[in-house]
Amino acid sequence: MKKTALNQLHHDLGAKMIDFGGWEMPVQYTGIIEEHLAVRNNCGLFDVSHMGEIEITGPGSTAYVNQLVTNQIDVEVGRVIYSPLCYEDGGIIDDLLVYRIDSNHYLLVVNASNKEKDFEWISKNAPDDVKIKDLSDQYGLLALQGPKSEEVLSSLVDFDLSEIKPFRLVQEEVNGKEMIISRTGYTGEDGFELYLSPEDADETWNSIMESGEEFGIMPAGLGCRNTLRLEAALCLYGNDINEDTNPLEAGLSWTVKFDKEDFYGKKALVETRDAGVERELVGFILKDRGIARHGYDIEVDDKKAGFVTSGSFSPTLDENIGMGYLQKEFVEVGKEISIMIRSREVKAKVVELPFI
Amino acid sequence: MSIPAGFYYSEDHEWVKVEEGVGTIGITDFAQDELGDIVFVELPQVGDEFDKEDNFGVIESVKAVSDLYMPVSGEVVEVNEDLLDQPELVNEDPYEDGWIVKVSLSDESELDELMDADEYSSFLEEEA
Repeated sequence: MKKTALNQLHHDLGAKMIDFGGWEMPVQYTGIIEEHLAVRNNCGLFDVSHMGEIEITGPGSTAYVNQLVTNQIDVEVGRVIYSPLCYEDGGIIDDLLVYRIDSNHYLLVVNASNKEKDFEWISKNAPDDVKIKDLSDQYGLLALQGPKSEEVLSSLVDFDLSEIKPFRLVQEEVNGKEMIISRTGYTGEDGFELYLSPEDADETWNSIMESGEEFGIMPAGLGCRNTLRLEAALCLYGNDINEDTNPLEAGLSWTVKFDKEDFYGKKALVETRDAGVERELVGFILKDRGIARHGYDIEVDDKKAGFVTSGSFSPTLDENIGMGYLQKEFVEVGKEISIMIRSREVKAKVVELPFI
Repeated sequence: MSIPAGFYYSEDHEWVKVEEGVGTIGITDFAQDELGDIVFVELPQVGDEFDKEDNFGVIESVKAVSDLYMPVSGEVVEVNEDLLDQPELVNEDPYEDGWIVKVSLSDESELDELMDADEYSSFLEEEA
């Protein structure tokens, strides 16, 4: 199994480690619910160094990245853009963050489990005037998330963190180490992600934990990362989106810029838009006891009407929540649906997203 | 890791405590710790009959769904209804308030196939 630079530290902290897409990663330190609530109320520190980083540079890079992704990335230098990456048929290869580091310098931050596939697709179609490099081994990645994040990090930097607006990046020092700092995350909270040299990971982790002590910081594992992102209705690749789903049905229409001259998947997505989607990703809350899990059927009037893509107990709401694809005709806030849990029918209600 | 004496233990990390032919069944401290925060327990009905190793319920933590297997054969005489609203009792007190079902044992000799506290402790060490 692959290990991040902080692997030993996680073991020393007593984390439960799991195989996450070929990486040995911490799923929890003290408990998922406790860590979840720490991030919502104070802050938590995650090691997400398994994420992949693909660099695209060269005179043709802006045109090429815009051809690759559905969203518009020809924006001010220093901005971070979330976007799906689609095949010609509109199916989602991956969802990623595009960091515009300089006018002809982009960093694509991709899901660890999709990195090889992404790299192959991106390389295959690349024109001669761009250079593509897999820099995943050169970056560790820490995510400091939660309302106290700015206060915690401020004592470790000598600039004003409030200057970094959401989805913006800077290259600055934290605790004397140069890194990319962005105001981004995957929890629905304010926070920062730090792209740093793996050699600096231990020291930076420890300095943040020390600074965060008075603010109630906790180390946070991938278990609560999942419950946090679900409450915020952020899609998880492999669960809510995959090659058989398109951005329009996944609630990601806002990331598809049809006014761009071209991009991979445009033709198929224009057709889907014009014909109307057949299903939509919706959120629901269970009214009876039970927990919806990925793959369970959704029924309306005793007929299959969709399937669950993600589901969990929600520590913030103290309810059982989920997301799933539902046939378009039933998509309506307040609609009563049934989740089939081990052949038991459990009542649920469609609600507005996000949950929090 | 707590492994009280006087209980019988199964390789599925369940315990049985026997009093006057009735076995109280739960999961061990090791099992609750492995599962993490427990958020749902699906219980059988009083009167349901199970053979040893039958699936009699489901326990769900935030991250996983696990089946519960009977360590002994018998008929369910009581279920812990407190777990419906407070499944976290299994984490907090796995050997007392976090018990799951009580069954009238149909064959007490089955208990001989289970482990005592020392044997279960060695079993955990071997598994680790």
